[in-house]
Amino acid sequence: MIELVIPAIISCILAFFVVYFTTPPLIKILEKNNFTVKDMNKKENVMIARPGGISIILGIVVSEIVLYGFFQLNEILAIIITTTAAFVIGYVDDRKVMGGWFKPVTLGIAALPIIFLGAYDTNLAFPLFGDVQIPLLYLGLIIFMIPITGNTINSIDVLNGVASGFMVIASFTLSICLFILQNYEIAIVSLPLGFVSLAFYKYHKIPSKIFPGDSGALTFGAMYGVIAIVGGVEIIAAIALLPAVINSFLFLSSVKRVVEHRQIKGKPVEHTDDFKLKATNDKTAPVTLVRLILTGGPLTEKQIGFTIFKLAIFSGILAIITTIMMGVSL
Amino acid sequence: MWVLIIIGGGIVVTLLGPISISGYGEFNWFIGSVIKGIIAIILVVMWILILSKLKNWIFKKELKF
Repeated sequence: MIELVIPAIISCILAFFVVYFTTPPLIKILEKNNFTVKDMNKKENVMIARPGGISIILGIVVSEIVLYGFFQLNEILAIIITTTAAFVIGYVDDRKVMGGWFKPVTLGIAALPIIFLGAYDTNLAFPLFGDVQIPLLYLGLIIFMIPITGNTINSIDVLNGVASGFMVIASFTLSICLFILQNYEIAIVSLPLGFVSLAFYKYHKIPSKIFPGDSGALTFGAMYGVIAIVGGVEIIAAIALLPAVINSFLFLSSVKRVVEHRQIKGKPVEHTDDFKLKATNDKTAPVTLVRLILTGGPLTEKQIGFTIFKLAIFSGILAIITTIMMGVSL
Repeated sequence: MWVLIIIGGGIVVTLLGPISISGYGEFNWFIGSVIKGIIAIILVVMWILILSKLKNWIFKKELKF
């Protein structure tokens, strides 16, 4: 067991402190070079550094390389390559506005290393009912899963601290589930995602000093998706991610096409005089999770964030219950 | 949504799992996979439709979107 504990501790410390110490200088560099965007939910004209994905990917790559030194698993290589590719895709989108299909298609291509490295199992495990063997279908699932998790996290990155805070909850939940399933190596490999998210949350939480940008959000989402695949916990991962999945589902089912948020003309939310957020009655605007939360009345950005975190914790509990149900068969 | 996922899982395991094709030699697994894929896509479409109806049913009256 000690051979697992030491790499786990080293990688978690590295994941946390690499992000913790590289983000402040990154903020300064981005601000100096005018890589900033307006925080739309602040009364004052506040400019925030973006993208923070650079420090996120640095934390992930450093910690996963160290873990590879200990374990030499193809699964770790798949995580490093696919996550880095997702970062590059997001970075391109941060720098140059791409079309709605750019990210899904390129993220699908970014998932290919998982297949080439054979870092997957074609069994899809369901609670209560057991496994199903879907060899060819599973390859399609891999290609679809990374764009879905990547864009799902990206779509929830709408308020200060939400994407990183949500990832803290979802990724630690996934790690707990992997430990429950006694998949210890992948559980340890998954831990850096939680610690990277936690360190980044310190600077991303309200009031944000930096935004992750598409590069950060896609990095979070893609790594989460790869862990789900290499750990064989696809269904559990989807359940832990439910609030974000619901957000994407509501968005797509109301807009009825794959489109970038910035291309949508209707505004789902607007500001009150005291700069709280409230839902609009604009029928052309997409239905989103934030808009649904706001139907109860106007809330501050912080209150909405905490409501999303409560939903994430609830989904996390459901994911853990599902994991326990994996051991039960009807 | 959680309940739908678990029920969907049950359908996948009990319906898709036992499907196996024989008589086509090396292509057995491929044809089996294609059939499983088609059924899976149908299930996903059904899942999205049910979820969409549920969403409309729950929110339409209250939200007036």
